[in-house]
Amino acid sequence: MIEIDQVHKSFGDLEVIKGVDLTVAKGEVVSIIGGSGSGKSTLLMCINGLEPIQRGSIRVDGIEVHAKGTDLNRLRRKIGIVFQQWNAFPHLTVLENVMLAPRKVLGLGRAEAQEIALKQLAHVGLSDKLEVFPSKLSGGQQQRMAIARALAMSPDYMLFDEATSALDPQLVGEVLDTIRLLAEEGMTMLLVTHEIRFARDVSDRVAFFRNGLVHEIGPPAQVINAPQRPETAEFLKSVR
Amino acid sequence: MFSTSLTANDLLFMLQGAWVTLKLTAAAMLIGTLAGVVFGLLRAAMPYATLPLSWALDVFRSVPLLIQFVLFNSLKSLVGLDWSAFTVGCVVLGVYAAAFCTEIVRGGVLAVPTSLRRASRSLGMSYWQDLRYIVLPVATRVAFPGWLNLVLSVMKDTALVMWIGIIELLRASQTIVTRIQEPLLVLCIAGLIYYLMSLVVARLGARLERRWQEDD
Amino acid sequence: MFDYTFQWRPALRALPDMLAGAWVTFETAALSMILGVLLALALTVMRRMDNPLPRAFANLWVSIARNTPSLFQIYMLYFGLGSFGWHISSWAALLAGITFNNAGYLAENFRGGLKAVPDTQMRAARSLGMGAFQAYRLIVFPQLLRIVYHPLTNQMVWAVLMTSLGVIVGLNDDLTGVTQDYNVRTFRTFEFFAIAAVLYYLITKVIVLVARLLAWRLFRY
Repeated sequence: MIEIDQVHKSFGDLEVIKGVDLTVAKGEVVSIIGGSGSGKSTLLMCINGLEPIQRGSIRVDGIEVHAKGTDLNRLRRKIGIVFQQWNAFPHLTVLENVMLAPRKVLGLGRAEAQEIALKQLAHVGLSDKLEVFPSKLSGGQQQRMAIARALAMSPDYMLFDEATSALDPQLVGEVLDTIRLLAEEGMTMLLVTHEIRFARDVSDRVAFFRNGLVHEIGPPAQVINAPQRPETAEFLKSVR
Repeated sequence: MFSTSLTANDLLFMLQGAWVTLKLTAAAMLIGTLAGVVFGLLRAAMPYATLPLSWALDVFRSVPLLIQFVLFNSLKSLVGLDWSAFTVGCVVLGVYAAAFCTEIVRGGVLAVPTSLRRASRSLGMSYWQDLRYIVLPVATRVAFPGWLNLVLSVMKDTALVMWIGIIELLRASQTIVTRIQEPLLVLCIAGLIYYLMSLVVARLGARLERRWQEDD
Repeated sequence: MFDYTFQWRPALRALPDMLAGAWVTFETAALSMILGVLLALALTVMRRMDNPLPRAFANLWVSIARNTPSLFQIYMLYFGLGSFGWHISSWAALLAGITFNNAGYLAENFRGGLKAVPDTQMRAARSLGMGAFQAYRLIVFPQLLRIVYHPLTNQMVWAVLMTSLGVIVGLNDDLTGVTQDYNVRTFRTFEFFAIAAVLYYLITKVIVLVARLLAWRLFRY
């Protein structure tokens, strides 16, 4: 379970998250929607400790992420994250990209790591690209590889930071399908997304972020189909 | 406390050496830039026909400058040319600078996007107008930082002309060191002069670059 | 006007000695590069520290190396250190001088190279649970190597050319030193130095060629 409790986060004088509460239960899929600059992406970076927070607390399976003694490297093994800019490692082949962390972080042997990588790459439909370098892949393929790379660590949670925002429109579908597959398999996920229809289809709950706060949260049938607050309705109208 | 036998005359001697360094740099860069621009434009315009030129220039980048000085100096006496050591220094450094400048100019010209050239030609400009008003101004801005680096590196390389008997800054310092036996002090002063000269050139260049950026 | 007859025979007879000198030249340059890379890495780390002292030290090093003649740097080590009663051989002064120069230039290249590796690569690596050092070693460094590979090759060529300065502080067993020895004995300046020039040219071309072959093996992407 991810428990976010009254989190405040600033960059210098600029406060981007102003006291967010949010919990993601095991097996749940939660989507965060909202305008740019509303602090959605930053929140994800705070959950796996890539960004420090100023106040509040974030607990993952009861472990305080931002406490002094927390072994972040160990914690990050159970939290996979997929970035907007897919961040493929350009000097490694697709297979090596996915094998690297299981070998070097989990300390698995080559054969074992390869077996995991092959399984995950098949999972995202890249079995025919094993020996290819990322520069030869389309954006959508690189993003699916990034998903496989995160899954290879067998994480308990997956965070998606606008995973389709940087993609050409015709490539969005293949990545969304991959995420949908994960949702069906019961992966616990927190998605920051601009794809409202997709959020409605896969999410158990949807949170609308506005000005660094959770403005409205609830099942998609409520937040997206029948928003309770005028700002939510306005936002939804603007992105449709 | 601190005493030294370094006299004001010695300092003056060093400054005279520095003046020789500057004159050599200026002369070499004049030769190098003129030749470099011509060669560079040729290299960019006719990449295959000018390959031999590029190989020839590469030789000057692949042989130590010191050896080039010695070779040219001895060739000069073999042929019976009555050139001063200073002239030899200028010519060798000039050719050396040209070898580098050619690549810088070529890179600058090739960095001008073809789309830009097509645009200017489609406006009805002639080949020469295109070169004069579009290619050269853009290429100059691209090539300038490289050219400035070349000035700095040629200025440092002038130190080698001492080997053919020219008394420039470093040689002047060495002469003084031999006399007063205070190498650390004298060399530090020489280093400081080099440093200041580099700094001034770099600053002037940076200012020029800024002005261009403001114009754009 | 031209009554000089070239005599290549004595010069060619000296070829074995000159080749031995060429090997010293290459060894010195290679050693100065190995040491230079290590020092440049240290300087790069120092320049990224929060503590201003190592930062200032590294910046001073880089700026002296880049803004004064390499011959001056060799002089400083050869004559300057003598002021502290520490006399080193001309070879040591040459090696130290070139190493100092290499380190300064390479540190600047490394800094530029690090900037060219996007921060997001580090983030991605850390998000997979890698430690900072691990992420540098496995993700940032291999990419940095590719970016600085060409400057690194250039610097190696420079190092070879710089070794010729040893003769000015009295070195006599590198290529230029051996050549100068023969020159003093025979006064066949042009012949001997022409052969030396050819040998230097060949050394630099071999370095460039080997570097290219190596790059082909090293960088698969």
